[in-house]
Amino acid sequence: MAQTRKSQLVDPLIDNNPITLQVLGICSALAVTSSLSVAFVMALAVTMVTGFSSLFISMLRNQIPSSIRIIVQMVIIASLVILVDQVLKAYAYEISKTLSVFVGLIITNCIVMGRAEAFAMSNPPVASFIDGVGNGLGYGLILMVVGFIRELFGAGSLFGITIFETVNNGGWYVPNGMLLLPPSAFFIIGLLIWAIRSWKPKQVEEREFKIQTVEAH
Amino acid sequence: MPDANENKGLFRRFLDMPNDSVTKTVIVAVTLCLVASMVVSAAAVSLRPVQQANALRDKQSNVLQVAGVYDPDVTVAEAFEAMEPHVVDLSTGEFTDQFDIDTFDELAAKGDPAIIRALDEDPAGLGGAMQAYRMVYILRTEDGGIDKVILPIEGYGLWSTLYGFIALEENGNDIYGLQFYQHGETPGLGAEVDNPRWKALWNGKKLRDEDGDLQITVAKAPPPAGQDYYIDALAGATLTSRGVHNLVRFWMGEQGYGPFLERLKAGEI
Repeated sequence: MAQTRKSQLVDPLIDNNPITLQVLGICSALAVTSSLSVAFVMALAVTMVTGFSSLFISMLRNQIPSSIRIIVQMVIIASLVILVDQVLKAYAYEISKTLSVFVGLIITNCIVMGRAEAFAMSNPPVASFIDGVGNGLGYGLILMVVGFIRELFGAGSLFGITIFETVNNGGWYVPNGMLLLPPSAFFIIGLLIWAIRSWKPKQVEEREFKIQTVEAH
Repeated sequence: MPDANENKGLFRRFLDMPNDSVTKTVIVAVTLCLVASMVVSAAAVSLRPVQQANALRDKQSNVLQVAGVYDPDVTVAEAFEAMEPHVVDLSTGEFTDQFDIDTFDELAAKGDPAIIRALDEDPAGLGGAMQAYRMVYILRTEDGGIDKVILPIEGYGLWSTLYGFIALEENGNDIYGLQFYQHGETPGLGAEVDNPRWKALWNGKKLRDEDGDLQITVAKAPPPAGQDYYIDALAGATLTSRGVHNLVRFWMGEQGYGPFLERLKAGEI
């Protein structure tokens, strides 16, 4: 096997990150990162779903008729998402209310489908499971970084614990309200992609077109 | 051997089928759907008691919050004992004891025909029928007078039915607070009905003017009746705001708690 188990797990964190390199799963990353605890639960939920959907799909991969391949993957993913949603409603009610529709929308998270189709359909179960977990963690890592910045500077707290006392509560910190709105995550993810690609220039995509140079006469 | 196939088990024969044959496609699809639906329904059924307990605690804590008596140091069940539940017959506005308080919520959840009334006009988007009896809560002052009444309200927003409570002062006209405990509105837009700053706008507003006309309005600009009856609509959530406007006016109106509020104002409760 070309990849070791460890590299399968670690690569998606920075080198092949689903958000910053593959630019997948942005929608939910914008929506659920305004507080760290919510981002953490979402990251956990997505990791579970990518891991186990890859595992099950890989176990069935030799029997899945190619004509209904995508539907089979969707059924497996959707069932897992419903399971996660039910468990959250039972054991993390407050957070499941905050996540609301976004748990259900894990089904449409391109990372899950992407790994199922690109990896699990052609690799053995254990490798697929680790690949799924690795990609879930890569997604989760970015979620946590964005959530950290947004909650700290947007609300002056981390995991709901006050770090900067805000002006509204008689402190000194004037929170940046924009950071609590979804567009701010867009900027933060953009800056992250820039930072990572400056650090690892290999990730920079090649231009799809060439700018023509005009000779000065 | 001529009949090699017959010696193999059914499962083995299934595995050996070409993946893209029609039979195999159908078998895989049906089996997968059966297994998936069993797993999902097993999870839903086995987790339901825990989820219901959560939902009940959440609802009770919302009743406490809307009345401004929520204290995180006291368990919800304990604090909730201060609330005096009553079932109100909406058409007369009188308390009724024809239902058992403890099982009333279950009846309501099941849509028991005994407590459902069809609606000709349905401005709050309740699906053409409403509960003719509602469970309300009364919070009393220390000397036994009425401090606040907490009334359940609901109605359709943009995507979902919003379920919530409105707390009124003892005169049945001044709003103390409004809070939704369940809805599926767009996060960041319609879901801002949960925003504490927006909810605080409701405090101190009045339902009716001196003539007894319902004036409460959620809109982008104040109504002619003035600021006392006006709640600024949510930015970017026109339809959710309109839904809240309609549902509050519906439940506070004649088809809703109107008769009950009349009696409350007259001191007959």
